[in-house]
Amino acid sequence: MQTFDLAARGLRDLNAKLHAHNSNQTAWEIDNPKGSHAIAVGLDAPLEVVVNGSTGYYCAGMNKQATVVVKGSAGPGVAENMMSGTVIVEGDASQYAGATGRGGLLVIKGNAASRCGISMKGIDIVVHGNIGHMSAFMAQSGNLVVLGDAGAALGDSLYEARLFVRGEVKSLGADCVEKEMRPEHIEILRDLLERAGADARPEDFRRYGSARTLYNFHVDNVSAY
Amino acid sequence: MKDAASTNNIPRTAPRQSATFNESVNSEIRRAAATGIYDIRGGGAKRRVPHFDDLLFLGASISRYPLEGYREKCDTTVVLGTRFAKKPITITTPVTIAGMSFGSLSANAKEALGRGATLAGTSTTTGDGGMTEEERGHSEKLVYQVLPSRYGMNPDDLRRADAIEVVVGQGAKPGGGGMLLGQKITERVAEMRTLPVGIDQRSACRHPDWTGPDDLEIKLLELREITDWEKPIYVKIGGARPYYDTTLAVKAGADVVVLDGMQGGTAATQEVFIEHIGQPTLACIRPAVQALQDMGMHRKVQLIVSGGIRTGADVAKALALGADAVSIGTAALVALGDNDPALEEEYQKLGTTAGAYDDWHEGQDPAGITTQDPDLMKRLDPIAGGRRLHNYLSVLTLETQTIARACGHNHVHNLEPEDLCALTVEAAAMAGVPLAGTDWIPGRGGY
Repeated sequence: MQTFDLAARGLRDLNAKLHAHNSNQTAWEIDNPKGSHAIAVGLDAPLEVVVNGSTGYYCAGMNKQATVVVKGSAGPGVAENMMSGTVIVEGDASQYAGATGRGGLLVIKGNAASRCGISMKGIDIVVHGNIGHMSAFMAQSGNLVVLGDAGAALGDSLYEARLFVRGEVKSLGADCVEKEMRPEHIEILRDLLERAGADARPEDFRRYGSARTLYNFHVDNVSAY
Repeated sequence: MKDAASTNNIPRTAPRQSATFNESVNSEIRRAAATGIYDIRGGGAKRRVPHFDDLLFLGASISRYPLEGYREKCDTTVVLGTRFAKKPITITTPVTIAGMSFGSLSANAKEALGRGATLAGTSTTTGDGGMTEEERGHSEKLVYQVLPSRYGMNPDDLRRADAIEVVVGQGAKPGGGGMLLGQKITERVAEMRTLPVGIDQRSACRHPDWTGPDDLEIKLLELREITDWEKPIYVKIGGARPYYDTTLAVKAGADVVVLDGMQGGTAATQEVFIEHIGQPTLACIRPAVQALQDMGMHRKVQLIVSGGIRTGADVAKALALGADAVSIGTAALVALGDNDPALEEEYQKLGTTAGAYDDWHEGQDPAGITTQDPDLMKRLDPIAGGRRLHNYLSVLTLETQTIARACGHNHVHNLEPEDLCALTVEAAAMAGVPLAGTDWIPGRGGY
């Protein structure tokens, strides 16, 4: 286990060391993050990184392969554009969590603010608490699972991403509709809940997806926007 | 019943067309009435606006002596990204190729742009569809755009790029996103964008994970950290508020500001957007340069100007007003063969004519450039296209040098506003140079 005091050694040194990893040093613990931005970004190795505290913007941005655990809350854009690997936030996450993510698993043990999963492109996101408004806006692919409630305009202008919500949905966005929960969806959800350490029954969730009425622009649809 | 004029054999007044309701306007009204939807097209503003044509170089005189053409050196080297990047880009001509997406352009066109730029010693730029192998493989210097849609965005391409360009705005549509219509969404384009084949693909108008200048500063920090501070980071802005946008881009940490005026092209957006939002390129340069000078960052943060650059004279004028380099998009496509009169018969079949073809979004380009149709794409030979682009870039460079030498400069960056005068009051005011034959710069000196 490598321990890195971020307050003492600085961000550049941290990310440079994580980028230049060697196979004998895969476990890292980062102390004193103190809300710093861009912690552990651009990782591309099977590292296990634990951040002891809360982070600022873009923690674990564009992650590949690595597992990053934030033992606190995360600022905006946690795991943005993640490609693979796992990011776990033990507290809450601010806006744009998992934005444009293309793969991997993002787990938020607390709540996520607005625009969670915006423009997601294949990432799986599991939020144990609630999510804010405009989440999964223009979401293209992947799965967003919410054990709590969802704010207004969920899934606005949604493409092919699947949304699963156990609690209340304040309102659905343009072209987002409730869909039948078929056996294959139950299986996807069961797997995601298990991997995210969530104690919930897949049968208690509702599935939302795109009605696909806005996929090709037509003048008759302008009132939908 | 005959009217009085014809009865009395009095000459009739010739039919008079309205300047306000001219045929172009009326045809658009008829089209709108028939469809209920706005017109979408490619390209930049077509209206006449004050431009580089309204400026002239003074040349040498008793007080300035010229340099000998073909004998005395006039350097055209430009280094981009000297502020923070460990690996700045050096180009040997002050002309770069602007960002244009794979999807809007064919793979052959992207390859041709890379080949031509590489032969000319300059850079080309990706676009809103990610980085293709053709483009990377044939571009010695490739700028990778980070756009609001983040289609195809991935850290591997960030690392194998030579520079990164965060696109905030575009001259053709500052404040607007884009739409790539379904007919251009082939399996390859769809896969790169993680979307179904054949659907209209919306490109967002603002970034998904930052909203203001303070956020942008942190976003640039993240990109630098991911790439270990190696790559120059450009910030591209449309010609909206050039003084303030340049200031904010520099404060956010940009190495290079790319400023695109309203004549800059787009693959597709609303006609009303192209013609009515944003400022002419000429009006944008001096405020941007002023912003850099006010911060003591002129020549430390490089300024690339685009939007309506066609000739070496345009290049030289942009540099004289304070730019470090220029960027071309539409002109590069024309060099590849876009709007060639040799294809007139096919343009007629599409209801247009050579020189006016701008329905690039429909994917039926007879020149094989703005299309994903496999048969049309084959019409553009990327090797021959690259050669044409190289030739054109060489001419732009030679013309720029010719003007710089005539003004007595041994580097194109030594061109200055004092080398210029303006033909119109408007151009004089926008460029901040005297009206020809006077020492009057409108807006300076209290009147």
